[in-house]
Order: sequence, then structure tokens, then C-alpha cells
Amino acid sequence: MTETVVAIVAGLFLAAGFYLLLSRALLRMLIGVVLIGNGINLMILVAGRLRSTVPPILPTAAPPANPLPQALILTAIVIGFALFVALAVLATRAWGAFKADTSDDLRSTEPRVIVARPPLEY
Amino acid sequence: MAAQPIPLVAWLDVLPVLLCIAGAALLPLLNRRSALQAIVCGVILVAVLASDVALLAHVLADGPLAMTMGNWLPPFGISFVADAVGTGFALASAMVAFAVLVALQGGAEAVAKRAGIYPLLLLLLAGASGAALTGDLFNLYVWFEVMLAAAIGLVAFAGGPLQIEAAFKYGIINLVATTLLLAAIGLLYGLLGTLNMADIAMASGKADGAALTAVAALLVLALSIKAAAFPVNAWLPATYHAPPAAISALLGGIPTKIAVYALIRVVVMLLPTARETLGPVIYGVAILTALVGPLMALGETRLRRAIGFLLVGGIGIALIGIAQNHDLVLSGAISYAISSMLVIAGLYLVAGLIEQAAGAVDIGGMGGLYAANTPLSLLFGALVLSLAGIPPFLGFWPKLLLLQGLIEQADWPLTFTVLVNSLLTIVIGARLWSRIFWRPRAEPVAQARGYGGAVLLTGTIVLLGLAPGILLQTSLAAGRLLLAPAGYIAAVGLAP
Repeated sequence: MTETVVAIVAGLFLAAGFYLLLSRALLRMLIGVVLIGNGINLMILVAGRLRSTVPPILPTAAPPANPLPQALILTAIVIGFALFVALAVLATRAWGAFKADTSDDLRSTEPRVIVARPPLEY
Repeated sequence: MAAQPIPLVAWLDVLPVLLCIAGAALLPLLNRRSALQAIVCGVILVAVLASDVALLAHVLADGPLAMTMGNWLPPFGISFVADAVGTGFALASAMVAFAVLVALQGGAEAVAKRAGIYPLLLLLLAGASGAALTGDLFNLYVWFEVMLAAAIGLVAFAGGPLQIEAAFKYGIINLVATTLLLAAIGLLYGLLGTLNMADIAMASGKADGAALTAVAALLVLALSIKAAAFPVNAWLPATYHAPPAAISALLGGIPTKIAVYALIRVVVMLLPTARETLGPVIYGVAILTALVGPLMALGETRLRRAIGFLLVGGIGIALIGIAQNHDLVLSGAISYAISSMLVIAGLYLVAGLIEQAAGAVDIGGMGGLYAANTPLSLLFGALVLSLAGIPPFLGFWPKLLLLQGLIEQADWPLTFTVLVNSLLTIVIGARLWSRIFWRPRAEPVAQARGYGGAVLLTGTIVLLGLAPGILLQTSLAAGRLLLAPAGYIAAVGLAP
């Protein structure tokens, strides 16, 4: 029961994240990346089965919780946050350089207007 | 099984990664003295190269070598497993990194004077070596993130508007790709209850086929984005030309090929049942990637963007090893990926020298470089011929293996793809060569400086092309082991 609910919540996170990622605004894309990361963390928690809350330290009568997904999620949170911050800095710098915060206006790596025509000789 | 102390030789497994990370931590302590940083970085890279060579010699003689962290016996601890394919990719990565370090010295690149590029170079190599040598799927994801973090820093390193924009695009698309990789690994864990590669290889045959195929499809999508396979390749030519040429060479040489390595490892060795279902999709992707890349390069006028499209075409050739289930084809694809790491990195370095001599990034502004820069034209010609697979250069042998296997299987569409890819590569190379070197030009031409790295890589390609035994031996051993991983599983300490 809980697993179904958490799985649906994870799915909603992912749907919202991908919707935001399809936007042209850099800030929305960044928030989309964060939502996707969190949705996937929830998904890993469910993948490890939500069977109990007993700490897996001492042998007890009840089955202990699975500690591995939590270790995986902790790692993923740290990495995801660090890269999100790096990308946020780049988005700020892009605003400084281009006064643009949409991907439509970031075209210097792929010029819209072909300056040089392909050479015809040779 | 009783725990035994880790044998001394098993420490070789972690040595390349350990040296890189220790170096990356040590270099910032040298506090902005970039000349000293370059020397220390060189010493570390030589040590990494030596340990990779020792590891490869050991692996070829005695089979896979495993080490499990803290001796928490598998499948519980995180294992590092060196086998022929992983060690081959780790060694080629270290060679590319060393050549780029040499190219940074004495060249005209302003970034070489800035401390900070050397720790990032070592971190990128740490990520690549870790991904190639790890025996744990979640650990593989972590190394991909290490590589991504270093790569974002390197793309943005020069700090101009072009680089910032490229780094943002590169960062977003690759972060989404690694996040999808994480999702697929999490789902695979939910399905099989293990993350150890040897354990997965044993368990995947018994799992629910439909669920496994779905997870494998997500894995293939994530790794294809990282490798820049056809429908998801647009980010690569848009970003790899933005940073200085030495950094382009590092990025063109290492991360995409490590993603190809991960695809081969996961699809061929870990999930062979899913490979049967996904085979037709990968077959189509391989053909399209191998043809669309060079066709795009044909119409491109910026030199380094054209090389980016050639890189994409090479990824398609490497994917043929997954598309066709045959040991020779797989070995050919592995040796192709390894050799093209060196060739593509060399091409980017030569492109940097050409841009420096011509004072332009678009071939429309180039021409007449032959008289003042004859060695440059020889280097460019040798690298293009090697990429196309013309003997006696290194690129010939992988294509020979590929074609031999494909003709044995009577797989004519893929045979045709390999041949057309080679033909298009030659046409593109000839067009670029005559345009850059032979077209008459009125204004004077500068003399390029900093040949070291490009000469080193081209020399290696020529030497290995004349003595291909080591590459062929490695890739044939790799192909056999990936298709029948009993030796790998036994080395980790699990009973098949």
C-alpha cells in the first residue's frame, strides 16, 4: 500500500520535472532537474522495498529495514546537489554574458545564421 | 568462504584511480604555481600509465583481477575488477590525458598557464579509470558523475561567453542522462536485489524478462545520451568545439568512449537476455549513427564541429559490436573504440594547431597552410587515414576484425555501413585537407607552436598500427570474456 503511494508520488515528481525540463527558461529547466533527481531518489527507496522501519543494526524479531537504498540515495543527493549548484552558477554567468535566460537566445555555439557558406571550390 | 587478506597485486586495481584522486587533491595545495602543477601532474600521469600497463600485463597473463573494498565479500562490498576490456579503456584514457598534458605545455593555449586545469584533468581521468575498472553498477554511476563534474569544469574553464553557454548545455543534458542512469540502476536493484556486476550477470537470466527489458531500455537510453548515439547526439557537436582545443581533445577522447564501454559491459555481459530483445533497436541506432555523423560532417564548415560529427560516426561503428552477436565483431568494436580515443584526441589537437596557424575556426578562413606548416599536414593526413581505417595505421585493424566477423555472419547491412562510413570519412578528410592546406591564400600564415601532444598521439597510432598485437590480443580476450563471463564471476569470488 505505502509502496504504491510512494511510487505514484515519485511518478508525479518525474512528470513535473520532465514538463519543466521541456521549458525554454533556464531556471525552469534547473528546477526540473532537481525534481527529476528527487523523484528518482524516491523511486530507489521503493525499489528497495518499504517493509519496516526497524534499524538494521541489532538482530530483532521484526525484519529490519533495507539500509542499502538509503546509502544510495544519500550519495545521489550529494552528487545531484553539487552538480545543480554548478549549473546554477553557469546559468547566472550566462545571464551576465548574454542578458538571456532562455535557451532560444543561447545560440553562439550553434549559430542560427550561417556566416560562411560552404566553400564551393575543392 | 573465509575472508583472506587482499593479495598485494590486487591493489593494482585501485592504483590508477587512487593516484588520480590523490593528485587532484594535492595539486591545489601548490597554490597557483602552474608550472610546478604541470610537472607534478606529469609525474602522476606517468605513474598511472605504468600501473595501467602493469594491470593490463597481469590481466592478459592471468585473467581478471578483483579487489573488494574492506574485504566485505561480494556481493556486499564494492568490488573493483580489472579485465581486458576495462583495463584497455583505462590505459587509452591515461594515454589521451598524458598527450593533452604534453600539448598544454609549450603551446599557445592561455589556459595552460592557469592552475586548476591540471586537477580537473586528473579528476576526469579518475572518473574514466574508475568507471572502466569498477565491478559495481552503482559505483559506475558515481564515476560517471565524477567525470561529468570535471568535464563541466573543463568546458567552462576558459570562461568566455561561448564556453559558459556550452558548459550549461553540456551540463544539463549530461546530468539528465546520468540521472536516468541512476533511475535504471535503482530499478535493476529493485528487480535483482544486487548491484555487483558479477552477481547481476548470474541473476539476470532468471529474472522476469519483460521488466528486465524495460530497465535495460532505460539503461541503453541513458548511456546512449552519454555516448552521443544518433537520435540523442545533438549536444556533442554543439559543445565540444567551444573550449580550447586541448580540452576538446580530452573530452573527445575520453567520456563518450567510456559510455560506449559501459554500454558494452552492461548490455553484452550483464543483461544478455535483454540484448536479444533490444538488439534490433541497437542495430538501427548503430547504422544511423555511423552514417548520419559523417554526412553531417560533410556539410560542416567549422573544423572542430566537423570533427565532433566524425566522432559521432565512430560511436555508431563501436555500437555495431552490441548490434551483432558475434565475438569477432564485439572484439572489433572494442578495439575500434579504444583506437578512436587516440585518433579523435589527436585530431582535436591538430585542429587546435591548424586554428592557431590560420587564425580562424571556420575552414572558409583557412587555406595555404602547407608551405609554412608541412608537418601539420602530415599529422592531419595520418590521423584522417587512421580514422577511415587505411593500413598501415591503427584504425585499420579494428575495421578488419569488424568486417571479418560481419562477413562471416553474412550481415550485409552492417558490412555496408562500415564501408560507407570509411568512404565518407576519407571524402571529408580529403576535402578538409585540400581546403586547409592546398587552397591558395594571399595573407601570410603563422607558424603553429606546441606540436608535442599531437606528435605523441600520432606516433603512438603509427607504432601501434605497425605492431597491433597488443591491441588485438586485448580486444580478442575482452570479447571472449564478455560473452562468457565465467572467469569474471569466479575472479570476484562468486560461484557461477
